[in-house]
Amino acid sequence: MLARVAPRILCLAFGLVLTACAATQTQQILEQPGDLPQRAEIEEVPFFPQEDYYCGPAALAMVLAWSGQAVTTADLVPQVYTPGREGTLRSDILSAARRNGRLAVEVTRLDDLLRELEAGHPVLVFQNLGLAWLPQWHFAVAVGYDLPGKALVLRSGLERRRRTPLATFERTWARGDRWALVVLPPDKLPATAREQEVLLAAAGLERAKRLAAAETAYTTALERWPRSFPAFMGLGNVHYAQSNPQGAERAFRRALELRPKSAAAWNNLAYALKQAGQKTEALAAAERAVELAGEDRERYRDSLREIKAGDG
Amino acid sequence: MTFFQRLCRALALPMALVMLVTVLPLNSVQAGLVTTEQILAESQSDADRERVLEFLARQDVRQQIVALGVDPDEAARRVQGLSDAEIAKIVDQMDEEPAGQGIVVALVATILIIFLVLIITDLLGVTNVFPFIDPLGTK
Repeated sequence: MLARVAPRILCLAFGLVLTACAATQTQQILEQPGDLPQRAEIEEVPFFPQEDYYCGPAALAMVLAWSGQAVTTADLVPQVYTPGREGTLRSDILSAARRNGRLAVEVTRLDDLLRELEAGHPVLVFQNLGLAWLPQWHFAVAVGYDLPGKALVLRSGLERRRRTPLATFERTWARGDRWALVVLPPDKLPATAREQEVLLAAAGLERAKRLAAAETAYTTALERWPRSFPAFMGLGNVHYAQSNPQGAERAFRRALELRPKSAAAWNNLAYALKQAGQKTEALAAAERAVELAGEDRERYRDSLREIKAGDG
Repeated sequence: MTFFQRLCRALALPMALVMLVTVLPLNSVQAGLVTTEQILAESQSDADRERVLEFLARQDVRQQIVALGVDPDEAARRVQGLSDAEIAKIVDQMDEEPAGQGIVVALVATILIIFLVLIITDLLGVTNVFPFIDPLGTK
């Protein structure tokens, strides 16, 4: 008798615990979907079933393959998998996406996640399928949603098309810190991301030495935010790293049109001019940077010294 | 020439070299291009401040501020007096629970507490954020 009742009591106890953490964003979206269509699904996202503990590499492989990068789960295991932890770190996913030349931008709100799906961008999601004190971490790829059915469609584990109740998904996602990632070719922008986030992702490509991808990302960002000072600076820095001083000079001068008193822009322009062999102009620009500098004057003095030294 | 003077002369050059060596590395490490990430870090703090101001401009938030006895326009002016770190702290809280209702009250309270601390430290003369506070009573 007890053996039969015990699981029910346990269930009830868990039920009580779980109702404590409500799926607030799900509720909000279902009540006020705004201009969000009822359903969306991206059928063409390929499915790579997960082997062993490789949910991280499998999820990343799916979004990379969708974005036009021909990779398999096995290719990515050495890039993202940490054998000692039998799992994959989120930071490794992020950096691997960039090393593969993709614009990777984080999504932290459920309505943004649905909006990306509606825009046709699959979203890599991080979940804790267990409980906070008994975690079971998992990576999957959201490919669609169904508001009347209150469900999210995922490529997850061994299931090509797993329908999870939206509220359940939000809880498992919230237990994983609401971490999700859109992984796009650098000539596409996320539907929901703001300028700062997109440019940070582009700077990530620059850091990963994917210069051509970074150049495309900055150029694409400038189409949407044509007056973005940091985007012109990023573009200039990429051209400089590509040993293209003319391109760099053009970008830094555009940045200076937007902020004529930016010491950083004058400083970087000085290096571009020096790279082009225009020593006099380079020196003048470096001096202008020192004139305009605030608290960080010392670093621009150093630049001036370095540019002078290069004269000989 | 005394022994001391000769000693001084002998030591002058090595000492000068030692000082040069200790000072040089500090000066030469910073030169170069300002990276995109550094530029973005700077514009992040501007964007954060913008977000706090937008938050203070919301109707429900303005009502909360009025209920606490503060003029909302004055509150917005005070935000300009907060440091980047303080703004970042407020934004962190805004990100934690973006949808909840109780958050408005909590956030308004946080913002006002930071003001309060700064007003007190201003009065003590430790900080000098608000021009209308004059610890010396010279106005």
